[in-house]
Amino acid sequence: MTATHDEGLRSAVDRSAFLSRFRPRGAVWLAAPAVLVLLVVLAYPLGIVVWRSFTDPAVGVDNYVWFFQSAVNRTVLQRTFVVAAWVTLVSLICAYPYAYAMTIVGKNVRLALILCVLVPFWLSGVVRTLAWVILLQDSGVINSILRGLGLSPVKLIRTLPGVVIGMTQVLLPFMILPIYSVMKGIDTRLLQAARSLGAKPWKAFLQIYVPLSLPGVYAGAIIVFILSLGFYITPALLGGPRSILLSSLVQNQVLSLLNWGRGGAMGVVLLVATFVLLALAAPLMRQKHTSSRREA
Amino acid sequence: MHAPQRSAGAAIEIRKASKRYGAFTALNDIDLHIRPGEFMTLLGPSGSGKTTTLNLIAGFTDISSGTLEIGGKSVTGLPSHKRNIGVVFQHYALFPHMTVGKNVAYPLTLRGIKGDDREARVKRALDMVKMADFAHRYPNELSGGQQQRVALARALVFDPPLLLMDEPLGALDKKLREWLQLEIKRIHRELGTTFVYVTHDQEEALVLSDRIAVFNGGRIEQIGTGRELYDSPATLFVGRFIGESTVLRGSAEISGDETVMTTGGQKVIAHGRLAGGARPVILLRPERVALKRPGADVVSGENRLTGTIAEAIYLGSGSKYEVRLADGTIAVVRGPLGAADFGICDTVDIAFLPSDLILLPDDASADVTLT
Amino acid sequence: MPSFSRILLGLFCLLVAILLLAPTLVVIPMSFNGNKSLAFPPVGFSWQWYENFFSNPDWTTSFSNSLIVALIVAVVATVIGTLAAFGVSRAAARTGGLLRALLITPMVVPGVVLAIGIYAVYLDTHLVGTVTGFVLAHTMLAIPFVLIAVQASLEVFDRRLETAASSLGAGRLTVFRTVTLPLILPGVLSGALFAFITSFDEIIVALFITSPYLKTLPVQIYTSITRDADPTVAAVGTLLFIATSLIIIAGLLLGMRRGRT
Repeated sequence: MTATHDEGLRSAVDRSAFLSRFRPRGAVWLAAPAVLVLLVVLAYPLGIVVWRSFTDPAVGVDNYVWFFQSAVNRTVLQRTFVVAAWVTLVSLICAYPYAYAMTIVGKNVRLALILCVLVPFWLSGVVRTLAWVILLQDSGVINSILRGLGLSPVKLIRTLPGVVIGMTQVLLPFMILPIYSVMKGIDTRLLQAARSLGAKPWKAFLQIYVPLSLPGVYAGAIIVFILSLGFYITPALLGGPRSILLSSLVQNQVLSLLNWGRGGAMGVVLLVATFVLLALAAPLMRQKHTSSRREA
Repeated sequence: MHAPQRSAGAAIEIRKASKRYGAFTALNDIDLHIRPGEFMTLLGPSGSGKTTTLNLIAGFTDISSGTLEIGGKSVTGLPSHKRNIGVVFQHYALFPHMTVGKNVAYPLTLRGIKGDDREARVKRALDMVKMADFAHRYPNELSGGQQQRVALARALVFDPPLLLMDEPLGALDKKLREWLQLEIKRIHRELGTTFVYVTHDQEEALVLSDRIAVFNGGRIEQIGTGRELYDSPATLFVGRFIGESTVLRGSAEISGDETVMTTGGQKVIAHGRLAGGARPVILLRPERVALKRPGADVVSGENRLTGTIAEAIYLGSGSKYEVRLADGTIAVVRGPLGAADFGICDTVDIAFLPSDLILLPDDASADVTLT
Repeated sequence: MPSFSRILLGLFCLLVAILLLAPTLVVIPMSFNGNKSLAFPPVGFSWQWYENFFSNPDWTTSFSNSLIVALIVAVVATVIGTLAAFGVSRAAARTGGLLRALLITPMVVPGVVLAIGIYAVYLDTHLVGTVTGFVLAHTMLAIPFVLIAVQASLEVFDRRLETAASSLGAGRLTVFRTVTLPLILPGVLSGALFAFITSFDEIIVALFITSPYLKTLPVQIYTSITRDADPTVAAVGTLLFIATSLIIIAGLLLGMRRGRT
């Protein structure tokens, strides 16, 4: 037993010895400047936010008590999560078939589909939101089309559905790309194998393909949900008084009311929610899709 | 011809060298002397310490204790880029962003060699490996064998006194490997550079080397020419690692100048005796054993063991038989072309003279490492 | 049957593609609007909003501010991020993983929370409305993008080439300059591009740390949108869209040429 163990160790050591010269123990220090920047402009500012939430205007948890006792705040907090959930769901519904299509079409169509995902990034974020204002407003493009089709116009601007549509367009690529990258690696011969074993096409798809694509879905969903929670510009411009999200509330407390303590408390709630979600989702995202790839 | 100048090869002197990684000892107290211009092969199974030794010489890793001298000078602490040693890697390691010509010119540029001189030396090195027509190609446009020839040119273009090769032919197919072995041998003859070659393939070692150092478990078991290792292995491990062999085990008694071993109820007589109290085993080479009908063609003094043929393999140039002896041992026998044919399950005798067997101390670890 | 479901899938993808492209398809025509309104479809045709962008100091100043900040950020974040990528991929696996998780946190921290924190710090240190302030904040936001881009190319980089270069006589720095850097350059350059765009397009932190004396382009766009329906915004959006497209297409062509050789 020990002899074979030693051997494995020995050949591993032989292989790594080549690299040892270039793997100095101090390599970690190359990241020091980046860590320093993060300490100064990320950790320290966030520390101040946390600090003020407990000390401004008085030491204690008053700001948190205030936050959770106010019905308005609770509604906004709940709405923020509901909107994030809607954006994630709508993105997923749009992204899954789209990503699947990307894997089965020819080279040129695939290039076109990929371009459609990337082009939105080339338009400035604020300008993109402006475009949605134009598209969604009462006399906007969508309502013109509805009127042209003989349908009654709908109120979209300054409503939650409007906010969800705008946010979905911005976040959709973050859903499509991870799903696509996982789907690309799925060996479609597995589907043929399942069918040869007697599975109906839809059953084969649901039982074989969908489970293999789940790591991409998890990754996309968690990214979209977390980014949605912190969205600020799109909801601020597309939403109305009845569709305010937590970020706008934070901004209002700090810039308009100069109430750093309450704004800070709200920010901390948002921050904690984000990191708790990330921690919960981390195991899901770590799943690898190696089983199907080996044989390819 | 066009070959680079003959340079005097460097001698290597390794004394009491060990390499430890924490509690793990990769190389245990080895002594190795390599003569100038010699072709020395470090042979052994994976993880035996041969690559660690190469890494020590190249300077990719530091020695834990002991001394290492190259060309009479201690190189302890000298980084690899200052050692002036050519190295050829198993995976070619050609720079993908440089043409073949640029790759070969790279070590010359680093040494401040410019202009026509550099061009001439690059051309000479590429001529030597018959790759001069490919100077403007990129590595990914070449086959594995071509890439390895370029790598060889790159490692030799700066006339290093020492060339190290780490399983350079390991990734190539058999035919190409055999052809490149002869190329490497030719280049070694032309240059006079010291070559240190690492491989786990004993046939390759026999084809190429002046001498072979056999590694096992972080130690050197034996150093010698191919013939020495094959005919008189120092240990059971070496005997089994080099060439084909049959190992006979049994209870042994010493009578005078002879050792008598009883295996499967039959007696085998060997000349000589082992020093010390080690348990002896008998090693047989397949071509030193004859296959005979039971009781027929008796030659005086020969040993005979009865068994049945378990496998008969026709090899073209002859035949190979596996004979199951009384105690279950499989004996390998090579029959020359035209010898009597035997079939599976035939009862036969294997016959060998006491002077043709090799008496060695038993070593159970040899079985573990080789299987 | 299969062809029917294929047609359905095709139609669905078309709708998703329209959703993705809708803003771009609206903004470009709007920029040639003849009237000062943000109604779609635009009425008439004119270049006046482009003229306004190039002649109005509000727009030109904020544009040059953004350009200066983004260029500095691209250089600083690329250097710092590339070093960090080396640190992450050459450290022991556990340390490297932790370090990486730490360094990409700016991507997930909610923008407004970060913005109020930075605003608070900058108020104390008089960095509000300064180029230094913008560069610092944007560098922090850009580091994750550089890290990811460079790390991706380090992952496919064959470390044995460094050993080979060393055996041929190259010291550490020479190995880096002649072998490592040329081979990871595509990753470094795309990292630099990401850093530039991150800074050039950043709005949330910018809204907090801006001042009447130092406005970046996104801030100018935002105030213009909230104040009046000025189609100049569409002209700016179109110009930036074209510029980005050209840079990316150039990068792709360059990459293809490298890939061929």
